[in-house]
Amino acid sequence: MTTVTPAELTAPLGRPATPAAELTRSRFSKGRTAKYALLIFFTLLVLIPVYVLIVTSFKGLGDATPARAWNLPQVWTTENWSAAWTSLSPSLWRTFQMVIPAAIISSFLGSMNGFVLARWRFRGADIVFTLILFGMFIPYQAVMIPLLQLILGAGIPSGVPSLIILHVIYGLPITTLIFRNYYMSIPEELVEASRVDGAGMLRTYWSVVLPISIPSFVVVLIWQFTSAWNDFLFAVFFSSSQNGPVTLALNNLANGALLTNYGISMAGALLASLPTLLVYILLGKYFIGGLMSGSVKG
Amino acid sequence: MPRQIRKWGPPLLLISPTLILLGVFVYGLLAVNANTSMQDIHNSSQANGKAPVSFVGLENYISLFGSDEFQHSLKNLVLYTVVFLAGTMFFGFVWAWLLDRPVRFEGVFRSIYLFPMAVSFVASGVVWRWLLNSNQGENASGLNRLFQMIGLPFLQNNWWNNVNVGIAAIAIPAIWQLSGYVMALFLAGFRGIPEELREASQIDGASNWQMYRHVIFPQLSPVALSAVIIVGHMSLKAFDLIMSISKPANYQTKVPAIDMYVFKSSFDYSNAAAVGAILLVIVAVLIIPYLVHLNRTEKHS
Repeated sequence: MTTVTPAELTAPLGRPATPAAELTRSRFSKGRTAKYALLIFFTLLVLIPVYVLIVTSFKGLGDATPARAWNLPQVWTTENWSAAWTSLSPSLWRTFQMVIPAAIISSFLGSMNGFVLARWRFRGADIVFTLILFGMFIPYQAVMIPLLQLILGAGIPSGVPSLIILHVIYGLPITTLIFRNYYMSIPEELVEASRVDGAGMLRTYWSVVLPISIPSFVVVLIWQFTSAWNDFLFAVFFSSSQNGPVTLALNNLANGALLTNYGISMAGALLASLPTLLVYILLGKYFIGGLMSGSVKG
Repeated sequence: MPRQIRKWGPPLLLISPTLILLGVFVYGLLAVNANTSMQDIHNSSQANGKAPVSFVGLENYISLFGSDEFQHSLKNLVLYTVVFLAGTMFFGFVWAWLLDRPVRFEGVFRSIYLFPMAVSFVASGVVWRWLLNSNQGENASGLNRLFQMIGLPFLQNNWWNNVNVGIAAIAIPAIWQLSGYVMALFLAGFRGIPEELREASQIDGASNWQMYRHVIFPQLSPVALSAVIIVGHMSLKAFDLIMSISKPANYQTKVPAIDMYVFKSSFDYSNAAAVGAILLVIVAVLIIPYLVHLNRTEKHS
């Protein structure tokens, strides 16, 4: 029984109202108060960095002294935000140019692989799948040196073009995994019916499977968007601050000068996080879907 | 023959781009990397092919494991992993447990606990560098200042500037970011337990705690295993946070992934490749048994 009745909602472990139950109920309500107190305590704990980010990003230079570190701004100013925008906007634009094609291409490839691996049973299919999966766990440090030589040797320009290729290729294992798990769950009859109608595999994939894959596409696109947007490792090795994504530009902004201007860095950190946070807020359900279906992945 | 093509052709057509790409970019490059790690490329002219390169076998590995510097990195990696794992498992489990039964505003709590995962390590590094500022007393800001304000000044410390255990401080932001993920895993585990089991244990007269202790928790061990593997393998690759909070050159916060970057920056490709290969072996020891185990359980079900 997975549905929750209204009674259960109000009294999670409700029992018949006997005197003994009264006793336990009062104990539970004490327990409930403690539970909410804990939940709120943890919420505040998690939100500490958010408070700091927002408050500091609106402080003027003279306002950011240690003594007033945790205070609200004396005067709320947006100069940090405009400075951060000036410094980060080119890289923000480049990140969009990198992330959108990378997410779309790796999703389509992942969907094709997932369909084949879920529906086409051949000897060794499990081994092939495991070999693909292992690709998402490898530390990229273990391929980085030859990868640099390969990409440079092939004459692929550093920055956005290289990074699109890398995010597509190393995104394949996770996209394949999510789609395979999804296609394993669709009813066999659907695919069978199409085969009986005389459609081949490609046709079945195109006209039967793809149209019902939209929820999975949303999950995978969000997952790929977020991980490519937040990537720093490939950015460091395959781009520079002139042609790289926003994580690299933000790191240079925050760590470049001898004396960090925390107001500007924190406004920059918020700016760089807005796209993924917006996705999380608007499409949180699918974001969590990605986490769960890819629960083999970190 | 045409029948064979009809049977094998379409699926092969769909899957071959991936097989080729991963074959080259994962397995091919791993092999090339292993080869590079056994050469003596230690400067830019060798790295650019302008000076001769020779095969040196395991020499780079032997000198790496023999150096205090690299031993320190490995020690840091272990400490970071232990703190990171302990923290995420603790918070993730407690949060999921608190949200297991219907709670008002459950969605709000869950979303707040999980949101740091949507933020990049680099962005969170910006704020955590401020929070983990090592200044104390008059000049304290960040968490040290907060400790003074709430009357716990003795908690002030050097954070990541402590030479011996500084790396543990870098695990704090990592815990902040990933605990929500572990919570989501555990929550799915809690929700996957059939309601009948809870009811049965109540009919048997078990107390709430006894029900959790003897009925619910044992069912969660596969979830706990997944969480340990996922978080553990992430922690072995720790790089972004250290780069954004500390500096690659800082002794107290270096780990193998940072060493690899430093070697690469000085065109010491062979040592960079060797460090990469060592990381691969550590991750493989953790992951391969897990993947085999997953494969088996899937077959059983």
